[in-house]
Amino acid sequence: MRRSTGLVLVTVLGLAATACGSGEPAAPAAGGSAQAVTITVACQPAKTAPKERQAWDDDVATFMKEHPGVTVKSTDQQPCFDPKTFGPKLAGGQMETVFVVPVTNYNDVISQGQALDITQHTGLVKNWNDLRTDARELVTKDGKVYGVPNVLYSVGLVYNRALFTQAGLDPDNPPKTWAEVRDAAKKIAGLGPGYVGYGEYSGGNTGGWHFTQAIYGRGGDILTPDNSKAAFNSPEGKAVLQTLHDMRWVDNSMGNKLLIGWESLMVAMGGGKVGMMLGAPDVVTDVVTKFKGKVSDYGITGFPEAKASLSGGEAYMINPKATPEEVKAGLEWVDFRFNTVGKGRFDFARGKAIGNPVGVPDNAVFGDSPTGQALQADRVKNASLPVENYQTYVDAAATIPPKAEPAHAQEIYAVLDVPMSAVLSRKDANIDELLADAETKVNNLLAAKG
Amino acid sequence: MGVLRRNLTAYGFLCAALFCFTVFAWYPMVREFILSFQKTDLINSPEWVGLANFRGAVQDPAFWEAWLNTVEFTFLALLCGYAVPFVVALVLNELRHARAYLRFVVYLPVMLPPIVAVLLFRWFYDPGPGLFNQILDVFGVPPLAWLDSSSTALISLVLVATWMNMGSATLIYLAALQNIPPELYEAAELDGAGVFRRIRHVTIPQTRLILLLMLMLQIVATMQVFIEPYMLTGGGPENATVTVAYLMYQFAFSQMNYGQAGALGMMLMLVLLVFAAFQLRSTREDAA
Repeated sequence: MRRSTGLVLVTVLGLAATACGSGEPAAPAAGGSAQAVTITVACQPAKTAPKERQAWDDDVATFMKEHPGVTVKSTDQQPCFDPKTFGPKLAGGQMETVFVVPVTNYNDVISQGQALDITQHTGLVKNWNDLRTDARELVTKDGKVYGVPNVLYSVGLVYNRALFTQAGLDPDNPPKTWAEVRDAAKKIAGLGPGYVGYGEYSGGNTGGWHFTQAIYGRGGDILTPDNSKAAFNSPEGKAVLQTLHDMRWVDNSMGNKLLIGWESLMVAMGGGKVGMMLGAPDVVTDVVTKFKGKVSDYGITGFPEAKASLSGGEAYMINPKATPEEVKAGLEWVDFRFNTVGKGRFDFARGKAIGNPVGVPDNAVFGDSPTGQALQADRVKNASLPVENYQTYVDAAATIPPKAEPAHAQEIYAVLDVPMSAVLSRKDANIDELLADAETKVNNLLAAKG
Repeated sequence: MGVLRRNLTAYGFLCAALFCFTVFAWYPMVREFILSFQKTDLINSPEWVGLANFRGAVQDPAFWEAWLNTVEFTFLALLCGYAVPFVVALVLNELRHARAYLRFVVYLPVMLPPIVAVLLFRWFYDPGPGLFNQILDVFGVPPLAWLDSSSTALISLVLVATWMNMGSATLIYLAALQNIPPELYEAAELDGAGVFRRIRHVTIPQTRLILLLMLMLQIVATMQVFIEPYMLTGGGPENATVTVAYLMYQFAFSQMNYGQAGALGMMLMLVLLVFAAFQLRSTREDAA
């Protein structure tokens, strides 16, 4: 009893904090200002990562020294972006001046006016023109720029090299086709009870998210080009579900537990008994740093038979309530900490010295530009990880065209969770019916959205 | 003036209670009502959209599934959560030994934070090394998928809810049972009534008011089920555990559609109001 009444109260309170409408977004002054200004910036590492936190604090001190009059206050909420608290924080005046948004939420945040138009101020980011065009397009709407792309990557196949070796597979020659993935998964699952050849999500919107990754990889699509109809009831969509169904029920290589939410599969991967999963290079970093995986065990290769890749990443955006002075200071902070070769997050030498996993190709946001090349050289020079474990991914990623999320992504992912969970929980799941039903629901949803 | 001074302390307590209700209950309810007719981005001024949020909520692909699941959950939760604590209270009331200890054991789950209790059941239900499948294995019964099958997921959540909330209901029933005058049982026994007739003709009529109250309270509470699907199933598999409160959460915090979440909240509130009104009327009739 106590749990649910509490929920409704909390939800209602969250919703109730919404009437705090404000005026027009601030327009920053063109010139500099000596006026004292205080900004809050998100994503300070947690206290549980003291070395990374110290490095951040050192950067803050350096930045403040180089920018007299600017005071930087950091927040360490983890994860940096949490959709549950985003809206209420913004409405309640608690949102940082500079906050991070994952690519999955760009559309929502931008279309709802929750990020400031910074088109006139991109010049404050020195390497702006070296950022990949497609990354910049993702934060641009109707010709206006709403963020500074911070991370960009494409999806690949993360695999456990140690399990490959144990199962008699060659870790230096990872699967390139879905047939090879199935074969490898069977061998890994055959290692004994508890071993899972291939892990996949099925709920909490992550099932639909990974369905999208998989169908993009096979050359299919979620929506028609004009975003008016569902397009996933296709041979590619059927192949995605049929492969998963067969791996689960024919090969018995996917374990018997439904995985819901991002952490579930990451925990399993970090536990060292899952052979493969779809994921970006940051999966390797997270498995190692947050889920206690052994760094030398993990590799990543290109998406099997890839024809396109769902773009992943994040961007820094500015609070729409920021004053002109705060906007300027905020963008200078983003430039200093996140976009300067050899400084801030790109101080790979420091990263290596404090034990960070340096060398994972987890960010292609600068592409092949001069900045990108300088970063890559510096990254390889200071690598603390076996970079050769990621080379097949790097080679493949360069040739696979990135593809943005569909419109109304979260609503559609919720619908697509159903066929994903069905094929992983029911041996008699009828894939044609599941896809047709999901197609009808998405079409109705799109029609209702107009 | 003298009356006012005499009752100053009482007014002080009243003001504090009114303040809390206003800030934490009535104001949010009014705001939610307003919000359900608005489109808001939490930054710019909200826009009035009439009934669009209600239409949007009804047109959501999971809307009807959520209501059906909620009704089914409520029905099953009442079957277990209403009857089981009453029976447990009857047994506890009859015990002559270890009563305090057993009451403590029954009430113990209530003292666990809900999130801890739910995580405990996540392990119980694990299809591999989970406790329940290990117990089934001892008796040679094949393992169940529990949360991972659309046919067993909802009832699995009902079991969690029953276990978590049984202690409070049992104690309330027990208190009601202990208020029944013993002479009534003695008279019934002299008339030759057995255990079941005593329960039927003495216990149930004497606890009618509290039974009715608990029925309404449990309907209102179970229809708002959220933590169990949120923590254990994410609404799956195949939307088998999407409830109205969970869908409301999805609207607000996954789709950032606060107006639509407010509209769905209003619909749920209207349904719950019907039960609350029924309970109020029954209580008044009983008092009269």
